[in-house]
Amino acid sequence: MADIEIRGITKTYGPTRVLHGVDLSIANGEFLVILGPSGCGKSTLLRMIAGLETIDGGEIAIGGTIVNRLEPRERGCAMVFQNYALYPHMTVAENIGYALKVAGRPKAERLARIGEIAKIVGLEDYLDRKPSQLSGGQRQRVAMGRAMIREPKVFLFDEPLSNLDAKLRVQMRLEIRRLHQRLGATSIFVTHDQIEAMTLADRIVVMHGGRVEQVGAPRTLYATPATRFVASFLGSPAMNLMPAEILRPGLARIAGGVDIAFDPALFAAVPGQQVELGIRPEDVELVRPGTEGAHALAVQFVEEMGASRLVHGRLGEAEFAVVQPNGRGTEGGETLAIALPPSAIHLFDIGNGRRLGLEPQRLDAVRAA
Amino acid sequence: MIERSPLLDALTHALMIVGLIVTAFPIYVVFIASTHDLPSVNQVPMSLIPGNHLVENYAKVWSKSDFGAKMLNSLIVAVGVTVGKVILAAISAFSIVFFRYRLRMVFFWMIFITLMLPLEVRIVPTYAVAADVAEPLRWLVWLFGIELALPPVNLLNSYTGLILPLIATATGTFLYRQFFLTIPDSLVEAAKMDGAGPVRFFIEHLLPLSRNNMAALATIMFVYAWNQYLWPLLITTEQSMATATMQLQKIVPGPLFGQPPIWNEAMAATLMVMVPPLLVVIFMQHYFVRGLIASDK
Ligand SMILES: Nc1ncnc2c1ncn2[C@@H]1O[C@H](COP(=O)(O)OP(=O)(O)O)[C@@H](O)[C@H]1O
Ligand SMILES: [Mg+2]
Repeated sequence: MADIEIRGITKTYGPTRVLHGVDLSIANGEFLVILGPSGCGKSTLLRMIAGLETIDGGEIAIGGTIVNRLEPRERGCAMVFQNYALYPHMTVAENIGYALKVAGRPKAERLARIGEIAKIVGLEDYLDRKPSQLSGGQRQRVAMGRAMIREPKVFLFDEPLSNLDAKLRVQMRLEIRRLHQRLGATSIFVTHDQIEAMTLADRIVVMHGGRVEQVGAPRTLYATPATRFVASFLGSPAMNLMPAEILRPGLARIAGGVDIAFDPALFAAVPGQQVELGIRPEDVELVRPGTEGAHALAVQFVEEMGASRLVHGRLGEAEFAVVQPNGRGTEGGETLAIALPPSAIHLFDIGNGRRLGLEPQRLDAVRAA
Repeated sequence: MIERSPLLDALTHALMIVGLIVTAFPIYVVFIASTHDLPSVNQVPMSLIPGNHLVENYAKVWSKSDFGAKMLNSLIVAVGVTVGKVILAAISAFSIVFFRYRLRMVFFWMIFITLMLPLEVRIVPTYAVAADVAEPLRWLVWLFGIELALPPVNLLNSYTGLILPLIATATGTFLYRQFFLTIPDSLVEAAKMDGAGPVRFFIEHLLPLSRNNMAALATIMFVYAWNQYLWPLLITTEQSMATATMQLQKIVPGPLFGQPPIWNEAMAATLMVMVPPLLVVIFMQHYFVRGLIASDK
């Protein structure tokens, strides 16, 4: 077990720079999820921690030791790969026990440990099979077992669930979380799936284009996204975002002449300023027609989601989505009366995409008070 | 693309049978010839029905031309070439595919060029080197102006001399290279994370994974080495080092020039010499085909 310090990490492939100075501190025993769209450099960062990729600039320290020049095996990390990367010519038992074999442990000890690990990952009955004879979920478990057997200081996961079907993914997610509670090893988990990130993480790092956009607890990132990108990437269905102009503190106008009130204590906006205004579909309230301050949403179509429905329509000239609890049915062509609670409005600078006004940390304090 | 109809089935079978006859008939003639005595084998046209001198012909030519010893020579050479080639090819491909070092491409192309230089093309310089292995070294030493007398090292009439030049080509390297390139990077990385160094990775992962390729290469090299004629002919002058294929040629014109060829014995010997490579192909066929077609995952 160890903490990890990442300072000013850069990486360049040929002419393109894929990491632009990443700084991160990961506490001992923490479960950190690196979240970002495909190609943003998540895997590259993870592989640099593992020692599979050279470090162009900056420093990585694991447990206080700078590991820039250490071989992967000297760093005490274990990794679970996206495509599992099991050894196809070895049985499940040999796969799981390989690290111990390399380490030269006696056979009896190895067998005992393989037995223990197989029990934890639920593979006792499959130890003699080859990977090609296993299902996707079982292969995933072998990969996890193989990583666990060395009792590494750090677990690295590179999108380990993305090759599984939806149901199995949810199940393995729980198992990974349970394993982490049991082993308590520092874990870094890379994914592009925001639900995976939200459910697994102690803290999430959102990356975009080789830069860290925001670091924080899932709740914090969801409630107070620091940038427009984080706002749009986290949450499903995605946040409604539309350009707006500040009329006066506490009031903004979007295209189509709809005026929306926001909490002036949360955002230091000046009249005339161009902003991006956002509100999550689940924060929108459905109200009785004619209620004071209600807006009209022209419904275009409805997506059925089982427990709720997602109503797509237009607010003024902007595309707008609302979550509607089950029961009341709506159809395309109707008009819904909606209210936008001022405290649920997010404002971002239209130029650099940063959240307006107070720093997210201070904002947390404001909210907590 | 693949249609099935009675007519097409019949046609494809007919084609296959014709092909089989075209390939197998000469071998059948060889076999028939090896069962007759000398007068009946020289009749025109030769009978296509087996005669009754089979055992006599085989026993006679076996002892007369000392095929026991010659086959052993051939076997030593073929096994030596096969083993040497399989090892050399695996190691060189390992180096080219999995390591990044300066001059990697230079070595790659040097190996590649040997594909265009089969033994027959470089036979004279190869013979010169075999006649005195120290010669190139001596030349180097002279180039650097060092006074050093190197004793001549002669490989003529030795198994080493028979084997080494046949190993030094790139065919096997390329077979391995193509296979190694299909191994996913993540497998290499997983082994690295588990703490395996390059040697371990080679022995515990690459070799087991390339079993089929190895079998294919071994089969090809065994047959290739067994059938070698020109090189053994050049490098061996002592009868005790002669190989089976060399011995065949001594039978055909008869023991002395001017005598009629003893075709029945020559054909019997030919069939005997064909047996070992045939056995190897039959035993290895299973792996051989898989290794040549594709890598199985
Ligand atoms: N070995 C490589 N050579 C060149 N470019 C690479 C290499 N590996 C990754 N990249 C590039 O670096 C960027 C980040 O890749 P990666 O870290 O794999 O992204 P992801 O966030 O999807 O895991 C991508 O644009 C990718 O094309
Ligand atoms: Mg990736």
